[in-house]
Amino acid sequence: MISSRRTLAGRITYWIVVGLLLAGGLLMVFPLFWLFSTSFRPATELIKVPPALLPETWTIANYQKVFATAPVISYLWNSVVFATISTVFILVTSTMAGYIFAKFKFPGNNFLFILVIATAIVPFEIYMVPLFLQMNTLHLVNTPIGLFLPFLILSYGIFFMRQNTITSVPDELLDAARIDGMGEFAIMFGLVPRLLAPAMAALAILAFIQAWTAFIWPLLILNDPKFFPMELGLSQFANSTRVDFGAVAAAAVFAMLPTLIAFLVLRRRIVDGITLTGLKG
Amino acid sequence: MNSPLAAVRGVPRRTWIRYRFVFLVLAPVMVLFFYLRVIPTGQAMLMSLFDWALIKPADKFVGLDNYVNLLADDNFRLAFMNTTIFAVGTTVFSVAIALLLAALLARFVTGRVGGFIELLYFAPVLVPMVPVTLGWREIFNYQHGILNSALGVFGIAKVPWLSDPDMALVAVVILSVWKQVGYNMIILLVGMRAIPIVYHEAAAVDGASAWQQFRRITLPLLAPVTLFVVVITTISAYNVFTQVYVLASDVQGAPGHLVRVLVYDIFENGFRFFNMGYAAAEAMYLFIIILVLTIIQFRFLRGSNS
Repeated sequence: MISSRRTLAGRITYWIVVGLLLAGGLLMVFPLFWLFSTSFRPATELIKVPPALLPETWTIANYQKVFATAPVISYLWNSVVFATISTVFILVTSTMAGYIFAKFKFPGNNFLFILVIATAIVPFEIYMVPLFLQMNTLHLVNTPIGLFLPFLILSYGIFFMRQNTITSVPDELLDAARIDGMGEFAIMFGLVPRLLAPAMAALAILAFIQAWTAFIWPLLILNDPKFFPMELGLSQFANSTRVDFGAVAAAAVFAMLPTLIAFLVLRRRIVDGITLTGLKG
Repeated sequence: MNSPLAAVRGVPRRTWIRYRFVFLVLAPVMVLFFYLRVIPTGQAMLMSLFDWALIKPADKFVGLDNYVNLLADDNFRLAFMNTTIFAVGTTVFSVAIALLLAALLARFVTGRVGGFIELLYFAPVLVPMVPVTLGWREIFNYQHGILNSALGVFGIAKVPWLSDPDMALVAVVILSVWKQVGYNMIILLVGMRAIPIVYHEAAAVDGASAWQQFRRITLPLLAPVTLFVVVITTISAYNVFTQVYVLASDVQGAPGHLVRVLVYDIFENGFRFFNMGYAAAEAMYLFIIILVLTIIQFRFLRGSNS
């Protein structure tokens, strides 16, 4: 499928295409670059027309202002805790339920699994109002538990792990382990996860990103800034200091940095994970 | 399916031990699943038939009144229009551009250069929505935004991107296409690379041009993947909220007002006016749209497999 680069015409085509794609690609990362560049500008340069690509004098005043006025470290920590708890729970519940649905016959198996698929296509926004009322009944509004609860399971995760169990966990291996005297729990927690490791890694990435980028649920359930995860905290900060673009940009760069670093380090894995889990991007 | 009673009679001991294991493992997960997914979804359907407020739950059964009243509600109609325009715009542009990118990458550019280019286009996908929306908010700024400066070079007058409702909708589409296109590109690339190369070689031998190969080979064979990308982009676009909420505030500084979308309207009816039955009915309309899109996808995918 690759066109020939040996002929002159082929080589020219190649470089034109690469040039166009690179130009477009630079345009794609421009907004990220622009945040970075703005965050180091002194106040006088923020309103300059037309703006220069890079600050004429670099300053870290915007960052100092962010750290002095907004609890961004706390926001970041809250996001780390939230995303980690959510990921661990989703991995464990999805693998357990997926394995059971894939490998055990019992009354109600089909019914429950159809229910799982049915809820997997229902977006969160559809049931957020009743969910909020449930949390209200349990007095969990404005608590971390209220924030975490809906993110402890993922219908799509159960479906995904069931499909992967069917394709990567052979019945013969399970039977051999049973004949060797392994108990069912030992098989489920010791043997099965080893075979499902790639699928679990993909699901972990999906779950982590989902919690890390969650916005509307934190906005609904939390009032107290000390519980805010990064996304919510950042949006509130940006609304409170609307005119100071420098500080907003600095806070945004701070919020984006962990994701960018994680992406650069785990690029292949993240891209593979996202293509593997496909359905929910 | 067997009834539970029939399953009980004459079941050997070994099977019982199995059932006990299944129960011990599945029960806790299913408790969470029912409490956090099944019950709220069911309740959303139920609530939509009631006058239902935070302090007065299930106040009065009103049948389909909420649904009927919504159809005459200007806010809902506006939100429905805006969301539909947004969804169509975002989907058409992000899929078309992604197709072009994937075709060029699959055909011309591989190896390290290709990987680097993929990285550039994919970067926006993984950066969270709030910080990038704030970046775009500065780019779109009326007074000193770099976009208006750049357009000024071509003699185009300053555009009120974030204060005019129509232009704000365009701005949200631009931002969302930018955020989505890399994801669509990656999925389409996987699909294109799965097309056996012999088809292209055979066509090239017969003298087919690159464009003809794309039209006659790539596009038809890629149809299921393209449909998948179209449907998931449309579904996620119908659920748009974060970027609209962060990007534009109205003159009073109320976020989300300027470009009213369905999720924002649900949010406002439910949590500002505490008209929760009404909000639930609105959510059901959103659900119907998403259900139809999902059914289209399953129909087509099944059709293309057989």
